[in-house]
Order: sequence, then structure tokens, then C-alpha cells
Amino acid sequence: MIEQVRGALDAALTRVVAAATLDELRAVDAVVLGKKGELARLKTILGSLPVEERKAFGLAINEAVGALQAASTERALELDSAEVSSRIAAERLDLTEVIARPTRGHAHLVTQAWERLEDVFIGLGFQVAEGPEVETDFYNFEALNMPRSHPARSGFDTLFTDYRQLEADSSDHTAADGHEPSVLLRTHTSPVQIRVMQSIEPPIYMVMPGRVFRRDTPDATHMPVFHQIEGLVIDRNITMAHLAGTIDSFTKAFFGGDFTSRLRPNYFPFTEPSAEFDIQRPDGTWIELGGCGMVHPNVLRACGLDPDEWSGFAFGFGIDRMARERHGIDDIRDMYSNDIRFIEQF
Amino acid sequence: MKVVLSWLNDIVPVGVDAPAIAEVMTQLGMQVEEILHVGSTVDGVITAKVLRTERHPDAAKVHRVWVDAGDGVERHVWCGAFNMQAGDVIPLATPGTTMPDGRVIEPRPILGIESQGMLCSANELGLGDDHTGILILAADCALGVPYGEALGLQAEVVFDVDLTRNRPDCWGHLGVARDLGAQLGRRVEPLGAALDPAGSVRSATVDLVDGERCPRFTTIVLSGIVVQPSPGWMARRLKAAGMRPINNVVDVSNYVMLELNQPNHAYDLDTLGGGGFRIRLALDGETIVTLDGVERTMSADDLLICDALDVPIGVAGIMGGLHSEITDTTATVALEIACFEQTSMTRSMNRLGIRSEASGRFERGVDTHGMPPAQARFVELLRETCPDLVVHAGAVDERSASLPPAERPVLVRVSQVNRILGTTLDADGIAALIEPIGFQVARRDGDVLTVGIPSWRPDSSAEIDLIEEVARHYGYSNIGAAVPNSTMHGRLSPMQQRRRLLRQVLVGRGLAEVITDSFLSESALAEAHLSDDAIHITNPLVAGDDVLRPSMRPGILRTIAFNESHRRTGLSLFEIGHMYPPGDRRSALPPEFEGLSVALAGRDATAAMALWRELVSAMGFGARVDQSLVPVGLHPTRSATLSVGRDVVGAVGEIHPSVLASFGVAERVAWLELDLSRLLGVEPKIAQWRATSRYPSSDFDLAFVLADTVPAEKLDKAIRQAGGNLLVDLALFDVYRGTGVADDARSLAYRLRLQATDRTLTDIEVASVRAKIVGVTTKLGAQLRA
Repeated sequence: MIEQVRGALDAALTRVVAAATLDELRAVDAVVLGKKGELARLKTILGSLPVEERKAFGLAINEAVGALQAASTERALELDSAEVSSRIAAERLDLTEVIARPTRGHAHLVTQAWERLEDVFIGLGFQVAEGPEVETDFYNFEALNMPRSHPARSGFDTLFTDYRQLEADSSDHTAADGHEPSVLLRTHTSPVQIRVMQSIEPPIYMVMPGRVFRRDTPDATHMPVFHQIEGLVIDRNITMAHLAGTIDSFTKAFFGGDFTSRLRPNYFPFTEPSAEFDIQRPDGTWIELGGCGMVHPNVLRACGLDPDEWSGFAFGFGIDRMARERHGIDDIRDMYSNDIRFIEQF
Repeated sequence: MKVVLSWLNDIVPVGVDAPAIAEVMTQLGMQVEEILHVGSTVDGVITAKVLRTERHPDAAKVHRVWVDAGDGVERHVWCGAFNMQAGDVIPLATPGTTMPDGRVIEPRPILGIESQGMLCSANELGLGDDHTGILILAADCALGVPYGEALGLQAEVVFDVDLTRNRPDCWGHLGVARDLGAQLGRRVEPLGAALDPAGSVRSATVDLVDGERCPRFTTIVLSGIVVQPSPGWMARRLKAAGMRPINNVVDVSNYVMLELNQPNHAYDLDTLGGGGFRIRLALDGETIVTLDGVERTMSADDLLICDALDVPIGVAGIMGGLHSEITDTTATVALEIACFEQTSMTRSMNRLGIRSEASGRFERGVDTHGMPPAQARFVELLRETCPDLVVHAGAVDERSASLPPAERPVLVRVSQVNRILGTTLDADGIAALIEPIGFQVARRDGDVLTVGIPSWRPDSSAEIDLIEEVARHYGYSNIGAAVPNSTMHGRLSPMQQRRRLLRQVLVGRGLAEVITDSFLSESALAEAHLSDDAIHITNPLVAGDDVLRPSMRPGILRTIAFNESHRRTGLSLFEIGHMYPPGDRRSALPPEFEGLSVALAGRDATAAMALWRELVSAMGFGARVDQSLVPVGLHPTRSATLSVGRDVVGAVGEIHPSVLASFGVAERVAWLELDLSRLLGVEPKIAQWRATSRYPSSDFDLAFVLADTVPAEKLDKAIRQAGGNLLVDLALFDVYRGTGVADDARSLAYRLRLQATDRTLTDIEVASVRAKIVGVTTKLGAQLRA
């Protein structure tokens, strides 16, 4: 009897191992382990056996069923892994066959430089102020120690507008010299300094980025419309050493720790002492960057601040220039060409 | 300003190391743009004698020249000029010579015959404009020597200095030398021997009519003059400084101006009407022919110098009259040295459009008390060529009330110097820095110094001006560096943060940022169907481009057309910038605002709408999409106004086809424009946490037929309202027009998801919500599709 069980098991095992697919295996399982299988049939005769044989025979059948189930599970795993492998093999992709092009967008180079500059100054404890691009003569010149007769004004090559306020009571706005106040395109972002000083109490630590306008014919280094960032600090006990220190901190934060800066005397009507600041590259060459100086007492007074109580410094330079310097652009006009082939490079 | 090094060394010893001197000058605020070597010769060009010349039958434009460079060797040279003959001495550039224009002379063969150098014209050697022929040198000069020797050329080192407005004194070599000397520890000695009026009394009278415009006017009469060329050294220096030598009298006049910053004029006394001067304002419309032969019409704001008979002989400080120059026969001159009020000088210069060496100096400010030493220096220099020069007694020195004192006192606080500069100077330290440049500390009263400002520094008048002088001579590089402790919190304003987020969203969606022109033409406005009511620039750089943009549409459409011309289509562009509509002109400044414009080329209005929805979601923007109000210039049936309350805050849709045609844009252009001054100004609500449901959702689809006249948005709103809190998601997934749907309607298919946060919804609950939605939508005229 035991031989019959062994024979049935062997036959069943052969069929299980021979199953070539999971479906086939399931079909085999149904036959060899099912109710109509040989082992099931042998189990039905268990009751008819003598008691002393019954135990051994039952054990043999159970062992056979267990062995068969284990074999089936093992075969199922084998077949499953083979099926996964063959699917994986069939699914192979060449990842360098790429049809899609990058679709990222592009912030304008001026924006990129602008935001980088803002971030550096934010790190130094500055906030960012903005103001109108169409300005009055007062904010662009007069409050900055440049009355109408000031010869330095001619160097700003101002673009004037025909905008006039309609109100009849324009007498309030007439300048002291009797001229009608002119509305112009700001030639620098300094008017924002005045607006800041008029609107908030010191201490002031602010930068003013923005678009400015000059009556300059476009060439490789000039555009009639360009961008500047200026800084203004007003506090108690601010000295020229703070100006030099701030310029140097900015230089190192923006360009790198191996850049240095220096100040050398220059002249601006709105600062005194005034300076030009230069940046030295690690290779020893210099870049002339911008102007700066201690805020002129007349400017403080024009903004209602007592020069004996408050002192401060201001600085300014071109944003476009920073972008050109960083990316090696030798003609500024390219930056404003809006040629997508230029924009996509950055 | 051209500063000649040898000239400086005449005034105070500064040395000969030009780069080092330039660096000191730059550190003092006299920025040296360039160090020039004027009058230097070209190495390798030597004198040679022409032996013979010969034409070559096959060369029409050149001939053969044989020369001897003093060594007895015959050298053959091809030459394109024919002005020399045997015996002439000419400059020969030997092979290997680098010419001023960068050319290197090589023995280049013509017709197979080598040229052993090149014969030079004056122009090729940088000696003038003459390029018509070879420079012929003196016949008796030595051969084989540098041509410069034969010509007596001597190089001058010249600094091209960019001077700032606060240093008028540096427009004379004396001022530069004084500053430089102080820095080098060397003091400048007074120039010019004292004046010795040994002659009889002869005066050139002065009638100072409009004295407020002319603080001081001096004359002195000099006779015994013989007009002749200047000595070589003076001519050379004047040339090095950029002036053309004329004759000894004019040259001395210019020399004194360049040395002492004291413009002056020598009049021939014999032809000076009435033998004197009258200084008065011009009459409106009065004319005078100036030195350059141009007839100038004066205004009542221009100052004239007239002769004693009131005949105008010059525009004061700006330019002399046509016949004011001295001539070869002049023997007696009236030397005039004056100063003029600066701001009116600027006005006259601008009005007349004349800039001269003298007017520029008067405009910046000359030494109002420098006339006597300038007269003395003039006499001293003119004596070099006119030993019989007589200085007549009777000098006139007319001053008006507007003449400032020779030394103007200003109070300077030692504490304020240190407060501004961050230094720890004491009174002695300050005096040691400013006294060498002529600022005398007259009194010390504790913290307060009384400092006299010298008359050659009209730019200085206040304490801060003195602090600047201290800083310059203390050295900007010695001031040190300290970082201030900002008491502000470094950050962007909420609006600036939102603007950055907006840019990130747009760039993340693949859009490229452009910056288009702020200035437009009138025709661009018309082409874009925009109102012609705009702000104009009164002095535009390009005639016609004088409109301040009220919209970015023209600029961006031009950009699209430009890129299309390079076969770059389908661009997605945006611009963030200011626009300047004129508004109602009731405010001091126009209602300038910041806006965003987006153009999606090759896409239709739905793309613009999708982007708007994206921005609503990302930025928390909110506005009503009103298709009944079509913005001008946009596609009438595919565009909408975006409004908040009664205010328009933007537009969305497509550019009008005829606008596209005007700008030469071939593609459709989806368009979105937003008023960021409005939209970014609103702080969006901060999203508050809501529990996500742990219970299953029920999803189902509903399709409605809705008349085209009813916006889908209305249906959408109605469904949301009816769905209430249980409707957690609503998505339009299909729009169908065609068979089975009426002609003037469409089918809108939505997927809905219902979900509660506290339970699994029963079939009855779901059915009741569905019924409610269907009920509400029916009221809108929507019909549920089976």
C-alpha cells in the first residue's frame, strides 16, 4: 500500500516539475492535489484498512500531500521568477532615446542678477525698497542736492515727459525758481532713497533695485534703459569705515571670498565724501563697479533728518553689468534683444 | 585734462615713475585714465638719403628708391609716393619696425623684388595729418640716426586725467602739483617773480557794469612785444597738453591758463576801441561774430565784454570776438584776467552751445584771487622771447560786491570729522592733512577749528567739504572697514516674496522672461488697437519712439514676430514690468503700475485660461472672468476681462487677429495680462489644515447639455453649491458638440467625488446629493444626459 502512495507521489511530482507555466502548474495542482487525484483516491480507502495499518498509511498519504504541496510552491516560485525575468527582459528601454526636450523656463538675466543681489543684501540685514520709474524733478534731482542750475545734472542725460497735472492749484508744486515741475524718467534709483527717508524713521538699511533711464545711444556697454541697485544706510554713528566694510562684505558674498574691494575718491552731488568702488579679481585685475559715499548733509536735511544726529552712506551700481560680468556677455544689447536663442542659454 | 609730467616737476619734484605717480593721483581722486607718451618716436625708423629713384615698367603705383642709411650700403625700397628726389633725407622704417598703427614692416617682395623697409610720411609717424608724401627732413641731418633726433623730438609723459567737479583747481598743473606734493611731503613754492611795473603809467580802463556776473576784472598793459614763435620747450608742452602753439603771446596766455587755471586774454591795445573795457549784459537779440566766424545772437542773460566804446569784443569767459586776436604786428597788449559767476556761465554755455578751454574752467570755478600771480607769471614767461618787455604802471583791478574774500572761514568740528570718517584724528592731525593743500587752520577753540578755504577752491564752502579733504589726504584705504550692525531684519516684503513666487511658477511652467521696450511709437499703439492717450517723452532718443508704454502687447508681439523670423515659433513668454498710462492726470505722477503679461504663441485662449487657473491656485489670485466685457485689442469672442469688484485687474484670451497681422505675427497668440500692483498687493489667506478622510469615496459621472449662451462656470458653481461639503472633487473631463446635441448647445461631462470625513457614505446619501445637483442644474437650463 505504501508503495502505491510512493508511486502516486512520484508520478505527481514529475507532472509538477514538468509544468512549464504558472497556469499549467495550477492545472496540474488541481489534478494531483484535487479530489479526483490519485492521492485523494488512496485516502478514500483509508477507512477500509485494518486499524494497525491505518496509521502508517495515513501518515504516508499526509507526507506525500505535504511533499507535493511543497514541490508545487517551489515550482510556482521558479516559474514566477522566470516570468518576471522574461517580462523585464522584454521591457528593456534605451534611456538615451529621448524625444522630449527640456521645457524649463528662463528668468531674464537681469532678474537673475537682481535676485542674487537682493539675496546678498538681505543676508547683510537689508530690506528692499521700490519706487516709481516716472519721477518728479524734485525726487530725481532737487532733493539730491542738485538744484536746477546744478551743472552735474547735465551729465544725467535726462528723458523728460509731457505729463502735467491738471489741477489748477499747481502753485504748491512750483519749484522755488519758478519753473514748472517737470516729470521725467528717473535717471537713477536714488529718488527711492529720498522716498524711503521721507516715509520711515531711521535706522534704515535698504537696497533699491530698479529700472532707470538715460538719454544714451545704445552701444556695447550702454542702453537707454537699464537697471541699477542702490543701497542706503542711515543710523546713529555710521562712518565711512562702515561704508568700506559693507562694500567689502558685499564683494565677498557676491563674487567670492577671494575678491577684494577698494574705495577711491570721486564726486557725486548727493554724497560727501564720495568714492568710486573697485573690485579686485583673484588674478589681480580690477573692475570699476560703482559709486558710493557718505550721504550729504543737505540730502539728510531735505528729508527732514538732522545731520548731527544721523549719518549714513549710500552706494549704487549696475545690475546689468553684474550679469554681463558673470556670463561673459560682451554686448549689453544682446541682453535686451529678446532673441529666444539668447534667453535659452541661461 | 592732460597733465604733463615734466610740467609738474617744474612746479614741485614728483619724480619720473609715471605709473606710481598715476596711482597716487588716482588715490587722491584725480583718476588717471591713461598714461600717454606724446612726441615719442617710432623705434627702428632712421634717417636715410635718397640715392636715386627708378620706375619699374610693370608697376604703375609704386617706384623703386635706393637709399643710403649712412653705412654706405645701398638699400632698395619700393615706395608709393613720388615726392622725393636724389639727395633728400627721409625717414626709413627698417624691417622689423612696428609702426604706430600696429603694422610690422617686413621685407615683402613686389614683382619678386624685396623691399628693405618703408619710407614714411608724417602721418605714418604720428607727426600730423600729412600723408600726401614722404616726410622730407633737413638735408644736413646725420644719416642712420633715429629720425626723432633729426627732428628734435622729445617725448613727454602725459596723464589723461578724469577730473571731478569738486576739483576745479586741478584744471591747472599747479593744483595737481599742490595735491601731489602734499601727499609726497613736498610743498609748492609760489610761481612767477613779483611784478615790476617799471614802465610809464598806461592803463586799460574797466567799466564793470554788471558786477554781480563778474566779480573781478583786472588789466595790465605790456609793451615792447615782438610777436614770434614760442621757444621749443613751451610749444612742446602745449602740444603735449593738447593745444596748438600759435605765437609767443597766445602761447603764454594758454600756458598760464593750463598752469594756474587762470584763463586770460591779451588784447592789442592799439586796436582796442577807447583803450578799455566795458562789461555788461547783452541786449536781447544783440549779435556778435565770435572768433570761429559764427554770428551769435545773445540773450539778456549773456554777459558781453565790450570795448570802451561799448562795441562787443567777446562773450565773457566763453569766446572772443572775431577781431580780438593779436596780430604779427602787435607791440602793446592789454592783458585781461577776470572771473565770472559760475551758474550763469553754465546757462550761457548751454544756450550758445559753446565749450571752450576757458569757459569750462570758468564754469567749474577759477581762483578769484589768483590774478596778480597770473599776471606775474605771464610777464615772466613772455620775457623769455621779449627781453625788452615793459610792464606799465596803472594796472586796473576792478572788483564787485560779489567777489568772495580771499579766505573764507568755515567751522570744522574735530568730533564731526571722526564721526563721519571713523577716524581718531586730533586737531593737529587734521591740520597736518589740510594745511599743505592751502586750507589754513586759523583758530582752535576746543573741538571747533576755524579753517580758511583758499580762493582756488570755490567748490568748498561747508564743514563736510573739509571732511572730504581730510579723507582724501588721510587716504581712503587707511579709513578701515567695519560692518555695521543692521537693526533691521533682512527680508523681502510680502509683496516682493509673492512676485518671486509668481516668477518661479511661470518659469516652472516653462515660460521665458523677456524685457521689451519701455518706449513705443504712436503707430505701435494704433496697431495694437490701444488708445492714443499716452504720456510722451519730449526729448526722445529716437524720434517717434516717444510713447511711454501703457501696455506690453506691442513689445511682446514684436518679440514673437522677431523670433518667428528665425523660425522659432510656439514661444511661451512673459514679462513683468512697469506700464505708464496717463490716467486722469489729476495726480502729481501718472498711475504707473507693475504688470505681468504672458504670451503663448501657437496656443489658443484655453491655454491662457489654464494658466490663469494655475496662477489662481498657486498665487491665491482671485478675479471674475467676464467674457461679456472684451478688452480692446483682444479677440472679441475668445477673451475676457478679469475683474475684482468694479476694477479691471487683467485680461485673458487671445490677441485680436488683425492686431497679430499688424505686427506680422503668423501664429495665434494666447494672452494673459494682470495688474500686479493690485493682485500682488492682496495677501492671500494662509491655507488652514483640513483632515483628509479615512473613509472610501463615491465617484460618479454626470453629463449635462447646456446652451452655449450659459458659461460653463455657472454650471460648475451650481454643482459645487448643491454638492456642499460632501463634494470633495469636481472635474470637467469632456466637452462635446455634435450629433445628439442641439446646435446651440454642448454637452459638459463632469466627474464627481463625494466623501465624508467621519463615515462611509450610504447609497441613499449619495443618491440624495446627486438628485439635489440635478435639481439645481435643471434650473440653469441644463439637461442631464442619459
